[in-house]
Amino acid sequence: MIALTIDGKEIEVETGRTLLEAARENGIHIPTLCYHEALKPYGGCRMCVVELETPRGPRVVASCTYPVEDGAVVHTETDQIGQLRKVAAQLLMARAGHTPFIQELAASVGVDSTPYTLPTDSCVLCSRCVRACQEIVGIGAISMANRGSDRVVAPPFSISSADCIECATCVQVCPTDAITLKLITDRNRTVHVWPSEFARGACRLCEYHADEWMDVGAQEQTVHG
Amino acid sequence: MATTGQERIIQPRVSDIRKILDKQSNGASSLLAVLEDIQHQYRFLPRDALIMVSERIPVPLSRVYSVATFYNAFSLKPRGRHCFQVCTGTACHVRGATLVINRLETLLGIETGETSDDLEYTLETVNCLGACALGPIVVTEQGYDGMMTISKVDKLMRRVHSLGSENADAGKPAQVDAAATDTAPPA
Amino acid sequence: MKQLASPKELEAWRQEILAGVDPERPCLRVCDGTGCRALGSQELLGKLHEALNGDGGENGKVDVVATGCPGVWEQGPLVSVDPQQIAYMRVSPDDAEAIVNETLGTGEVIDKLLYKDPSNGEQIVKEPDLPFSSLQTRRVTALSGQIDPCRIEAYLAHGGYAALARALYDMDPEGIIDEVTRSGLRGRGGAGFPTGVKWKFCRQSQSDEKYIICNADEGDPGAFMDRSLLEANPHSIVEGMIIGARAMGATAGFIYARSEYPLAVEHLNLALAQAREHGLLGENILGSGFNLDIDIRLGAGAFVCGEETALMASIEGRPGEPRPRPPFPAQSGLWGKPTNINNVKSWSSIPLIIANGPEWFAEVGTEKSKGTAIFSMVGKINNTGLVEVPMGITLRELIFDVGGGVPGDKEFKAVQIGGPSGGCIPADHLDAEIDYDSLSKLGAIMGSGGLVVTDEDTCMVDLARYFMNFVQEESCGQCLPCRWGTRVLLDILTRICDGEGEPEDIGRLEELAPMVKVSSLCGLGQTAPNPVLSTLRYFRDEYEAHVIEKRCPAGICRGLITYEIDEEVCTGCMVCARNCPVDAISGEKQEVHHIDTDVCTRCGMCMQVCKFDGIRVY
Repeated sequence: MIALTIDGKEIEVETGRTLLEAARENGIHIPTLCYHEALKPYGGCRMCVVELETPRGPRVVASCTYPVEDGAVVHTETDQIGQLRKVAAQLLMARAGHTPFIQELAASVGVDSTPYTLPTDSCVLCSRCVRACQEIVGIGAISMANRGSDRVVAPPFSISSADCIECATCVQVCPTDAITLKLITDRNRTVHVWPSEFARGACRLCEYHADEWMDVGAQEQTVHG
Repeated sequence: MATTGQERIIQPRVSDIRKILDKQSNGASSLLAVLEDIQHQYRFLPRDALIMVSERIPVPLSRVYSVATFYNAFSLKPRGRHCFQVCTGTACHVRGATLVINRLETLLGIETGETSDDLEYTLETVNCLGACALGPIVVTEQGYDGMMTISKVDKLMRRVHSLGSENADAGKPAQVDAAATDTAPPA
Repeated sequence: MKQLASPKELEAWRQEILAGVDPERPCLRVCDGTGCRALGSQELLGKLHEALNGDGGENGKVDVVATGCPGVWEQGPLVSVDPQQIAYMRVSPDDAEAIVNETLGTGEVIDKLLYKDPSNGEQIVKEPDLPFSSLQTRRVTALSGQIDPCRIEAYLAHGGYAALARALYDMDPEGIIDEVTRSGLRGRGGAGFPTGVKWKFCRQSQSDEKYIICNADEGDPGAFMDRSLLEANPHSIVEGMIIGARAMGATAGFIYARSEYPLAVEHLNLALAQAREHGLLGENILGSGFNLDIDIRLGAGAFVCGEETALMASIEGRPGEPRPRPPFPAQSGLWGKPTNINNVKSWSSIPLIIANGPEWFAEVGTEKSKGTAIFSMVGKINNTGLVEVPMGITLRELIFDVGGGVPGDKEFKAVQIGGPSGGCIPADHLDAEIDYDSLSKLGAIMGSGGLVVTDEDTCMVDLARYFMNFVQEESCGQCLPCRWGTRVLLDILTRICDGEGEPEDIGRLEELAPMVKVSSLCGLGQTAPNPVLSTLRYFRDEYEAHVIEKRCPAGICRGLITYEIDEEVCTGCMVCARNCPVDAISGEKQEVHHIDTDVCTRCGMCMQVCKFDGIRVY
């Protein structure tokens, strides 16, 4: 067991836990976006930053990836942390301020508007879908493509992926509904949407739909409005 | 993205890709080296080649795709037979690399990052080549040309053009103004 | 082929090589580094051999040696004539005959090829008397420009691999780490972490496999120290790595090199092959029972791969995305095994420390930054090139004495140190001593040693925009502050440079930049805002001029300047009109031309083609 202090509260947790887990297990709230209980920590959104006391002054770390250390003294709500979360939320609002999830997250750190401008998109690149497809489903039908601010989530070549098994796990873990699932009743097909729309078949794993499975894996995409 | 006309032109040969793959025996960690070799051979990464790589190494196609789109050295679109790379390192920048780029864009009739429709010319920028005292620098298949001025760009263009082209008429660059040559840049 | 099975055999071979060296024998050393090659050194070498008419080379009367770069680039191609040590600069292939006939033949010095001091016009004949040579302390780069980097014999003749023999036979791993620690060597890649401490961490990690990596992914735009060293003395890096592997117990080594450096990679490959051939690399090195091989891995164009964890991801065949630390590479690095990464310059310092002792290494430098620093000086400076100077030299000495100051009668404005991760330092702080700690106090960093000198004609807002554009393109995009923070910072800076900035934009930069610095996941994002923050700190007036007065004081930012044709000067030659890419210039032949400012994009084309210097900027 490891003993540490978070916001003045002395707590004990198992070795190997992260600061975020330690805090949550003890009723201390830290806002998160890219974190998902079922997925490996990613450290991408930086909403969960906290201050760690060090001999050289406070050090800012992402609580979702930082392991608990014996004797660590952690502060989750300082002026600096408030400011860092505020600016991160403002950037998120510039990107996806139209989504209820981001609006709520921003409101929780006191942000309701943004002074910045970014190309608007529901996808906030939290990578939950990519990680779920890799870690939970074990397929890796989608990945991050490009880099920097050009980064997008995409299946290879941005066309319908032959590896996708239509399980819709990505839809489940997407916080901002950037990936949705549509049932087209007359042909009983599901369609996933990330920036583009991809014609898909019914879930290959699902017995109920098994007899209705049609091979549409290689169909061309239709670009979503 | 739908397959463009340009991509259809070049079909990788299975035996060529196999040869490249056989040279590298480190599994997933050889992915970059394999892609570098394919890029070198075809001047871009043909889609079919990437699918073969994914099956043979093996790694998920999504990982091949993410690597192929991450690194600057890789291109998913065909590149021209003659490639002009303008260094945009700090030294080249302060010495007027932008002017060199503008001139090449005018002469080639393409924007930076583009390839001419006939697949003759590609114009792109490259991160610092570490030859800073020679800036601005342009790299072609003939090597480095340093201390570029507009007149030197014009001369280089004529030299590269005289190397011949696969389809000579279509590949002609815009006319170069002879009167502009042999002028020194402002001090 | 000599397979060396003991230090004794190594020494015997060295003595054999030295016995064949005649110090009085004439030798032409021709710089054949990337820079001089671009200026025609290969053709020059051919012409020299032609002029020597069969007398060049081992069997002739004169040695002709193609060396790596000695540092003075702007002046290439360089030829040095030994034993007199005459230094010729800007040598063209046409000069080959004169060098052979006059200098080698009759001993005559060719005046027009000598270096001329720009301050007093004085000609300097000998290499060691050149101002940028005499003011340097060349240790790591001592052999650059002196030896043929493609021959292991040349490295051995200068004591090469003696340090390795000592490390393998006379020292235990702890002893090696102790000497490196006592030398005070700090990571030359930029962060300045004590190398000995880093090695100790890796040594202490228990594992069946351990890796060492040489970070040769020099991505800082405007820095070329690593490229130069790899080209000019690759064996020193290989030797340093083997010593490090022995100290840390590493089982394999990698050199991660930029693919943009083809000559460096070629020389490295040669050096590795030679070391293997002679029993200095591979199984049972020098008969000691110690095994290590080193592989080269090529980068594919991603600046972020200079960051340790991104570099390892790239070697593993993944996108160069950094990962959070801890765990540190010394605990869990490449393929999850303990890994130690050092920069090119750090590795090549190791043989010097082991051969000469930590005390020798630490005798130059400051209290906390020992040894020398290698800088590449570019921009508005007379002696563009690579210099090695003691830590603690002042910026003034470095820029004005070693670097020859700012060209023309322009005024020095600031120096940007550390590239896109560093900051600028203005004239007021020219007397600051250069070391890791003093630079970081001033808002810059030592970085990898890239140094860009700016003068009154440089716009600091534009410079900040340039670096922000660079990091924005190079950000991996994994974490939010770096992915979108740098994008927004760039958009704001671009707006300001385009003349569309608002006074509030300065405040936006000041709020966003610190967040990117503190919140980003890796070193790229954590240092990305430095150029903005330091230019805001020292040149706030320039930002204000852009957003409030709508004026670019340096006359650089296109959105804030106007081009005009000087009616007094224009001859109506029509060259500018013909070359204007947007047809903004009109006028009849032999009549004064005019620029339509509404159409003009201020690209500067007319200015460069005008033979009469007739374009004015307002």
